[in-house]
Amino acid sequence: MLLIPCPWCGPRDEAEFHYGGQAHVAYPENPAALSDEEWARYLFFRDNPKGRFAERWNHTAGCRRWFNAVRNTATNEIEAGEVTA
Amino acid sequence: MAERLSPLARFTPVSADDLRIAEIPFLTQINLRVDPKSRAAADIGVALGAPLPTEPGTCTSADADVLWMGPDEWLVVGARGHDLEATIRAAAGTAHVGITDVSAQRTVVAVDGPRSRDLLAHGCALDLHPRVFGPGRCAQTMLARAQVVLAAREDDGFRVFVRSSFAGYLADWLLDAAAEYLPEGTVTSR
Ligand SMILES: [Zn+2]
Repeated sequence: MLLIPCPWCGPRDEAEFHYGGQAHVAYPENPAALSDEEWARYLFFRDNPKGRFAERWNHTAGCRRWFNAVRNTATNEIEAGEVTA
Repeated sequence: MAERLSPLARFTPVSADDLRIAEIPFLTQINLRVDPKSRAAADIGVALGAPLPTEPGTCTSADADVLWMGPDEWLVVGARGHDLEATIRAAAGTAHVGITDVSAQRTVVAVDGPRSRDLLAHGCALDLHPRVFGPGRCAQTMLARAQVVLAAREDDGFRVFVRSSFAGYLADWLLDAAAEYLPEGTVTSR
């Protein structure tokens, strides 16, 4: 089981968290102006790197806050989480 | 008048030399959301007898117990019938504060005695050693796969806050896990 560092609660079992996918995916400024393909790209297309990957996590069984953490997808090493709004 | 039944009304308390398990029903519980830097937060702290704890995982005890739930969220716990909501509302005035009575959401199980840490460790991944989780610490975590709020008290005492619908399951689990710490022949059926 991964030990995930919640920026508020400290390291906790992976089972306490909900995964939120890639971090820093901005909501389109004007969604109505997007073509179907652009909208689909925003909704469904994500990076899939081998190595460092910035992700969103929610500490559902703990403080229930969202935060970002960088996980190495090859080794599962996680760098300290960062508080986000 | 209808009789009020607590979630663990049929639970027989366990009382052994090293371990005691009992429900503390009907505590007053208020969920409080407020900006910790605001004037209202300071005023509410004064009304409750101690500043709202801002260090994650800590709890203060004055007129009521105040448990840290998040950077802008606390669980305020008082005795049965203690009108904490009125106290907090009066202190908050018209400020932007969320005050919700959640007394019925969770019931509280007191786990006391020198074996309390050993018992909870059967189903909790947190380090419960008094050096790390001594009196005044609290945490929201999983105990035997159920979401709980754990609060450490003096003298190896713990308060386990568990959602009412999970309370029966958790009480059964606690009794099962406690078997090895109780004298032979202790009746632990519910
Ligand atoms: Zn957390």
